Formats: sequence, structure tokens, C-alpha cells
Amino acid sequence: MLYTDETALVVALRDGDERAFVAVVEAYGPAMRRVARMFARSDAVADEVVQEAWLGALRGLDRFEGRAALKTWLFRIVANIARTQAGREARSLPFSALERETESREPVLPPDRFQGPDGRYPGGWISFPTPWSNEPEAALLSAETRALIEATIAALPTGQRLVITLRDVEGWDANEVCSVLELSETNQRVLLHRARAKVRAAIETYATKEDS
Amino acid sequence: MTELSCQEIVELVTDYIEDAMPAGERRRFEHHLSYCPGCVTYVEQIRATIRATGAIPRKETLSPALREGLIAQFRLWQRDG
Repeated sequence: MLYTDETALVVALRDGDERAFVAVVEAYGPAMRRVARMFARSDAVADEVVQEAWLGALRGLDRFEGRAALKTWLFRIVANIARTQAGREARSLPFSALERETESREPVLPPDRFQGPDGRYPGGWISFPTPWSNEPEAALLSAETRALIEATIAALPTGQRLVITLRDVEGWDANEVCSVLELSETNQRVLLHRARAKVRAAIETYATKEDS
Repeated sequence: MTELSCQEIVELVTDYIEDAMPAGERRRFEHHLSYCPGCVTYVEQIRATIRATGAIPRKETLSPALREGLIAQFRLWQRDG
């Protein structure tokens, strides 16, 4: 980016500097669009959300105090607009629903993978998970595995889907995700835990089928 | 020191990887891994899952229409405030 720090960038934006705007759109725009798409029902709706978010950001620039990182601030606007939009379409997504998803205490693997209380090692594996392959990285990075992971993530409950996408696909850190999705650290971790376990299970099923 | 079971390891793996565990529990977790190849495989598979998920390509550009739309919107905002 052209600007040495965020303060300089925000000042330039407030002054109506178009180059500053283009720089910030290029830096954060693609990720904002991807995040908008995570909430929105279609590409067209995601585009609208991004437009509205930038308008909101420009109008709110005077209120941006630099306490949050510019990135976090922008993404909170995207998330809020995307939720309002989803609400308008009677497909409401209150963030409290994400918290509610963390209430179930279901185990991430079926209990029949483990020995019961009368077993030799209660809670121990009945049989160990099978290592995936001699060349796990190559197999994991294949187009099929990628498609499998994408399909598995797409089918997750909303909270798990949002959290694993932001953490593991987008590479955000836990604090950023908590702040943008309004989740506690614990609940963020619960959602991430379930989501990763399900993606692992999908790869396991697929890898085991390949070998047999 | 109470031993953790494999079933407990599976439920604690994210706290372990995210470094969100009290030191005592972390020691019990690592102690379990020191003798249990099944859980070593499980933890490694979770790490491999994270790496594979991180390798999903992301769309790194905006469509020209959206980009132009945003710039047009910026010019209006600049003009009208």
C-alpha cells in the first residue's frame, strides 16, 4: 500500500483522495467481497453488500477513531450490513444464533470409536485412526480433496462455516474473528473445533474409501 | 496425575492447537501423546486438515463492474459528502 500507516490512509480518505480510496479497495476489497459472499445468498447480493459497506465506511470515517484496526472496522461493517440484508430477505441471521450453535455438547466423533466404561482402556480408541497416505500433503492438495473440503464447509451450520472460513481459509486470527462475528473466545473455539473435526472426518471417509 | 483418555484428547485438540489450555492440562495432553500413536495420528490429521483448508484458493480480484461501481460511488460521496 502507498500509505505508510493507517492513520495517514484514513486522513487521505477523509480528504477525498481517490488514490487512497483505490489503494484501500485493492487491499481489502477482494476479502470484503468474499466475506460478504459468505453471508449472502447470491453474487449479486454480495456485490450490493460491498457497495453499501463502503458507503457506510465513507460516511462513518469521521467516527473511526483508530482504536480498532481499519481492517477489523471495515469487516464489522460488512458483517453488519450482510446480516441486515439477510434479515430483509427473511433469512435472518442474528449473531446470537451463532452462540446458540455452541450449546450442544455432542462429541465430534461417534462414541462407538472408543471403548466403553468396561473396556480395557475406557475412552481409548477401539482402533487407531488410519494414517492417510505416505504422501499426505500431495493427496491433501489434490483437486478432489479441495472440492471435498469446500463441499463439507458449505454444508456446515452457519457459525461453524463462518468461523472455519475466516480462520482457516482466510487466515484470520482468533481475535479478529471474535470481533467481527461478535463471539466470545470460547464460543469461537467451540465452533472452530466442530468445523475442523467435520472436515477431518470427511477427508478420513474419503481417504479410507480410496485405500480399500 | 489423572490420565486423559483418547476420547478426551479428541475433544481437547483445538484448545491444544490454539494454545488455550492451562499448563497442567497441556502437560497431561502431551504426556498422552508420548505413548498413544492413535492420538498422535489424530492430532496430525487435524493439522493436515488445517493446512489443506488453508490451501483453498481465494478470489483475489474484484469484478471490474464492482470496482468501477465503488469508484463511482466514491466520487459521488466526495462531491456530495
